Amino acid sequence: MKKLILVVLTLIMIITAWSYLKIEGIHFDNEADIEKLILTGSSTVAPLAAEIGKRFESLNPNVRVDVQTGGSSRGVNDARAGLADIGMASRALKDSEADLHSYTIALDGISIIVNEANPVTSLTQQQIIDIYTGEITNWKAVGGNDRPITVVNKAEGHSTLELFLHHFGLQNTQVKPHVVIGDNQQGIKTVAGNPDAIGYVSVGSAEYEASHGVSIKLLPLQNIAASVKNLRNRTFPLSRPLNLVTKNEPSGMIKTFIEFARSEQVNDIIAAQYFVPVAP
Amino acid sequence: MTSSQRNTLSLSRPDKKLAALLRLCALVSAAVVLLIMLFLIDESRPLLDHLQLSRFFTDRSWHPVQGLYNLTPMLSATLFSTAGALLLALPLGIASALFSRFYAPPTLAAWYRRLIELLAGIPSVVYGFWGLTTVAPWVARLHPPGVSLLTAILILALMILPTVALTVDAALAALPVSHYRGAAALGLSRWGMISGVALPAARAGIASGSMLAAGRAMGETMAVLMVAGNVVQHPHSLFDSVRTLTANIALEMAYAMGDHRAALFASGLALMLMVLALVGAAELFKWKSAHD
Repeated sequence: MKKLILVVLTLIMIITAWSYLKIEGIHFDNEADIEKLILTGSSTVAPLAAEIGKRFESLNPNVRVDVQTGGSSRGVNDARAGLADIGMASRALKDSEADLHSYTIALDGISIIVNEANPVTSLTQQQIIDIYTGEITNWKAVGGNDRPITVVNKAEGHSTLELFLHHFGLQNTQVKPHVVIGDNQQGIKTVAGNPDAIGYVSVGSAEYEASHGVSIKLLPLQNIAASVKNLRNRTFPLSRPLNLVTKNEPSGMIKTFIEFARSEQVNDIIAAQYFVPVAP
Repeated sequence: MTSSQRNTLSLSRPDKKLAALLRLCALVSAAVVLLIMLFLIDESRPLLDHLQLSRFFTDRSWHPVQGLYNLTPMLSATLFSTAGALLLALPLGIASALFSRFYAPPTLAAWYRRLIELLAGIPSVVYGFWGLTTVAPWVARLHPPGVSLLTAILILALMILPTVALTVDAALAALPVSHYRGAAALGLSRWGMISGVALPAARAGIASGSMLAAGRAMGETMAVLMVAGNVVQHPHSLFDSVRTLTANIALEMAYAMGDHRAALFASGLALMLMVLALVGAAELFKWKSAHD
């Protein structure tokens, strides 16, 4: 019995030691020939930048693109401090950041959606705020059927939620949701399956699904229709640019990468993540 | 007879080797469980270091971005959905096992069992998708918003039903034939034999089957995430939207950073402790029924 316990303990110790040891990857590449491009910042831009980076690497075998997340502010700070070659920010630069250079690679917008069967065709800013804070709980109050409203909100931490709250000047603790969703698809399915639901999702995915027969309706915001077209001409109010930020005027490989990320060569990657490309 | 006695008392050489190998595998499995616990504690430590443990139970709500970390609504949601699903799936699963074992003609029983096995093989996301597009609108007609504790219980019950049916079926099949012969010799009816002999004798198998099912219900993520509604609140009725611990992690992990991320690992730790408590309770039940 004692022997058994001893064996158990030794084994556990060995395995624990293993897991805590960081085994360094072995590099077969000739380090001198490899140019490394470091991107840090926004968790919204990071998945997109990673995909663009993969395609860039396949076209330029001597380049490694390293993408790390940490929020837009980290992206801006790292670019300024020279910790990253390129910062990623899912917002426009502030006045205090005017010394940096920013390049928009894609646009992101949020549309309020309701079920197609819902007779309501538009809502004012105040009405949307009242619905989301639980002041208005029946569609009758905004010109719809006499039915209780199902409020669909996004889960904490999602950038869509942050953008939505910021636009309407809300705190998440004020929002009184009936359903909380994760990704855009789940939001669209929820609203399509419930004639009394209201939600908000990325404009790109909502427009795609609505045009493919899913029973949802995109509501205009401040009388401007929610569409990819209005995102691209920058008139839709609930939107933001996804930017790459650099300290100096980009040159060399950094310049090549930014030009590549803004070119139509990556439009399919951008569209696949429901953002709107800037290249024609 | 003599040879079998010698085998059970002192192991033959190949048996000894096998025993050593099995012991090693068992140890590795145990070590993996311990490692998972260590990992969870390690990842949630950044938060636990500066947050009182009681905050997980006394905070106003779960809004980790604003520094509020109440886990109790998700603990209750996990418990209620698991208990509700078990309550539905146990009688149905046992009935299904009794049907295929004692009432169905052999050919039908074989096909029926295959069908149940197929049901166990359907990926959970398919159940979730069906729940979201079919069951939830149906529940919404009774009471909006449709995605609710009730929908989660219905979907979970369907998902764990094959687990219960198959383990109970296996437990009944493992009973010695002499039990049935004895029961027949006493002139018991078919139901008398089932209720008086088969079910009591298979009690341990049924109990471990329900534990397996409860574990699956508790750990199920994707389907529940799609049909439960995910609002963090204590449910006041079956039609309230709830969020389970697993759904919480899946919903927020992708974008969580810093304390928020650590809080999600803490909720994973809470889930692990709940499963441990469940297994502990099952062991206690087994021990008690063995000493009755």
